[in-house]
Amino acid sequence: MANRDEHYVAPLAETGMAEIDAVRISEKPTNLYLDAWRDLRTRPMFYIAGVLILLVSMMALFPGLFTQTPPNDNCLLANSNAGPTDGHILGFTRQGCDVFSRIVHGTSTSLSVGLIVTVLTLVMGVFFGSLAGFYGKWVDAVLSRMGDIFFAIPYILAAVVIMSVFSAYRNVWVISAAIGIFAWPSTARVLRGEILRVKQADYVMASTAIGVSRFRILIRHVLPNAIAPVIAVTTISLAAAIVAEATLSFLGVGLPTATMSWGNDISQAQADLRTAPQVLIWPSLALSITALAFIMMGEAVRDALDPKARAQR
Amino acid sequence: MSEQETPLLSIRDLVVDFPNQKGAVRAVDQVNLDLWEGETLAIVGESGSGKSTTAHAIINLLPGAGRVSGGSIRFDGRELVGASSTELEAIRGKQIGFVPQDPMSNLNPVWSIGFQVEEAIHANNPKLSKTEVRAEAIAVLEKAGLADAGDRMRQFPHQFSGGMRQRVLIGIGLSANPKLLIADEPTSALDVTVQRTILDHLAKLTKASKTSVILITHDLGLAAERAEKIVVMYRGKVVEAGPSLEVLRNPKHPYTQKLVAARNAKPRTIHAGEQVAVRLANVSKVYSIKGSAFKSTPFTAVNDVSFEIKRGTTLALVGESGSGKSTVAKMLLGLEKPTSGSISVDGQDIANLKPGELFNLRSRMQPVFQDPYGSLDPLQNIANTIAEPLVTHKVGTRKEREARVRELLDQVSLPWAISSRYPSELSGGQRQRVAIARALALKPELVVLDEAVSALDVLVQAQILELLAQLQDELNLTYLFITHDLAVVQMIADQVAVMNKGQIVEFGPTADIFNSPQQDYTRNLLDAIPGAKLLR
Repeated sequence: MANRDEHYVAPLAETGMAEIDAVRISEKPTNLYLDAWRDLRTRPMFYIAGVLILLVSMMALFPGLFTQTPPNDNCLLANSNAGPTDGHILGFTRQGCDVFSRIVHGTSTSLSVGLIVTVLTLVMGVFFGSLAGFYGKWVDAVLSRMGDIFFAIPYILAAVVIMSVFSAYRNVWVISAAIGIFAWPSTARVLRGEILRVKQADYVMASTAIGVSRFRILIRHVLPNAIAPVIAVTTISLAAAIVAEATLSFLGVGLPTATMSWGNDISQAQADLRTAPQVLIWPSLALSITALAFIMMGEAVRDALDPKARAQR
Repeated sequence: MSEQETPLLSIRDLVVDFPNQKGAVRAVDQVNLDLWEGETLAIVGESGSGKSTTAHAIINLLPGAGRVSGGSIRFDGRELVGASSTELEAIRGKQIGFVPQDPMSNLNPVWSIGFQVEEAIHANNPKLSKTEVRAEAIAVLEKAGLADAGDRMRQFPHQFSGGMRQRVLIGIGLSANPKLLIADEPTSALDVTVQRTILDHLAKLTKASKTSVILITHDLGLAAERAEKIVVMYRGKVVEAGPSLEVLRNPKHPYTQKLVAARNAKPRTIHAGEQVAVRLANVSKVYSIKGSAFKSTPFTAVNDVSFEIKRGTTLALVGESGSGKSTVAKMLLGLEKPTSGSISVDGQDIANLKPGELFNLRSRMQPVFQDPYGSLDPLQNIANTIAEPLVTHKVGTRKEREARVRELLDQVSLPWAISSRYPSELSGGQRQRVAIARALALKPELVVLDEAVSALDVLVQAQILELLAQLQDELNLTYLFITHDLAVVQMIADQVAVMNKGQIVEFGPTADIFNSPQQDYTRNLLDAIPGAKLLR
């Protein structure tokens, strides 16, 4: 452009007009959850956590696949705190029982508590959180303050009290309830915040103008768009629940000693920590790896569900 | 304009790529442009045309992974492509000022206005003492047209209106007397009258200091009015460039021709209806705004509004932000209750309806909202979205509903193949078509279009307006068309109501309002349409 006032027109061959607003239909259908699923499958963390969770679940459902040694019978006190031998790769407990077998058979307790607590917090958290966020006003005020009361009590402390009161009925259900009742407010808070955001959306107003009922809008439009962070938080809190069960059992207010659980095994092994540390270390390791697997899964899911985190990869 | 040998800024064969997993997206392709000292150049294009990317490349502020992969940018005798970040920092702010697009998000809400201006001045001239910086900041704000700048220094961005914030940003951009100012859509978020004063002021300031300006805009009229030279970009390429009036009056490239034609669309033939479809009588809406703990102050959003719309015609409700036009729409749709007055649709008063009757009435009036990105549920596919009104009102069997969705997609010129798609895969215009299809699902008589085309690119906007006009003729629809953009009113409206501060200040047939406005406010609005005089 030597001349300052030249009127330049691009050659038509190179810059032809495309059809205005043409539809591209060659690409794969996509939405938040489909995108998240595709993204998850590219993350190594998802596979590592997935394999671990699968392994732990198999142990819980079919312990027979992993060990033929009974965890409680045929325990010989002669083997007390003995090291690994043929067929007993992790050695023996103080009572002379096989450590590996006890870990395998204890898995179902830990996972059941984790799952029951998660379902409980999810049901209560979603119920209270969505009502508080969506209906607002006095419903919100009452439910949120109620959540705050539960939130203010450390749930381990509360569970200790509950388990002491119900000492006669200690089983997986009671301990799960004791943990779950105090864990739901954080789920409810996360969901309430998301719902407050989503319910402002134009598509909610559009549905209202069509005549869709309030409850149906909540179920069909608001909840699916608000639930993503809750899914991530819940996966992580599953790990916290497993740890909480072990903590309570360790403190002696969890499951009765007759029930096989990692927490009980750790508790019973602590007396011999100096002489036979391996008896304590193996169930602790099982606990840590399981918790880590769920935390990693939660992190991967959270990043996959967050379009911003996805774009930064 | 001084007659110099070399231009102040000269861009040659600029290429900008955004690498991604599949390779790279070429955002800017072989762009050339020259800018002389004291000159104003406008880059015009639709969203995604590469106009902002070109400007950001000059000061190397490309977002994300974007990088300049070819060409040269010479500014004042220096090559900017490949310059080190220290060299660029010496140029940014001091030699090239930048005014960002969105005045609402480009000021940090936790710092006072004064702090942010002082920060910019300090960064460009670290030797100044604290008192000098402060004095300079006040001077900058006063120059930007902010009255009592000294007092306002301590205020925070939320206490400023959009126009005032944009003045602050312009002040910051010009604070170091740069040779070049890049203004990226500086006024597209503002009302037209505010836009005009801001741009007038910007022109005055840059003329006084002989600053060159690159003005980025999607509005051809605005570009022609404000710049000496226009560069039209389309899909990353420059398709036409030249002196403003020449390009506007004698467009040669088909894209530019379409752009000019879209702005010059002939006013539509007026429809005259017989029956009254909608009647508002003395409608007012008062909100109570929460003040301190237990007090609240009343705020009148809509004040004594009355109008009628005849069946099969379009009424355009025009006004600037805060004029109460959207509140009128919400009351008509039954989403808000009027404080006083009556609204009747087909002779039926909607204020005192029982829930069941309101539910039935909803099938006869439907809204289409402004934001095509927000009005569709991202987790529902297109077929479900369009079928929702049918499901809600229990119309037909599954089969019949599917057939109706097919028919509706056809009416809005979308292929059936998109029915299993999700909104995130569609463009803004396509989403708006889906929203229109959903609104038409129950065969309503009245459609309320709340800024329904404001967020779309000019050519897409023209397409949607055409579609709306065609649907109106086919289905004898009544439209209430709410907009701040007077330019589109002529293409769609039979009658116009101009609103200001909750009241209707002028009402009449479109031609009368445009040709002989009676009120100062209306005249002001019409004059503020960018390029209005150039195009007509």
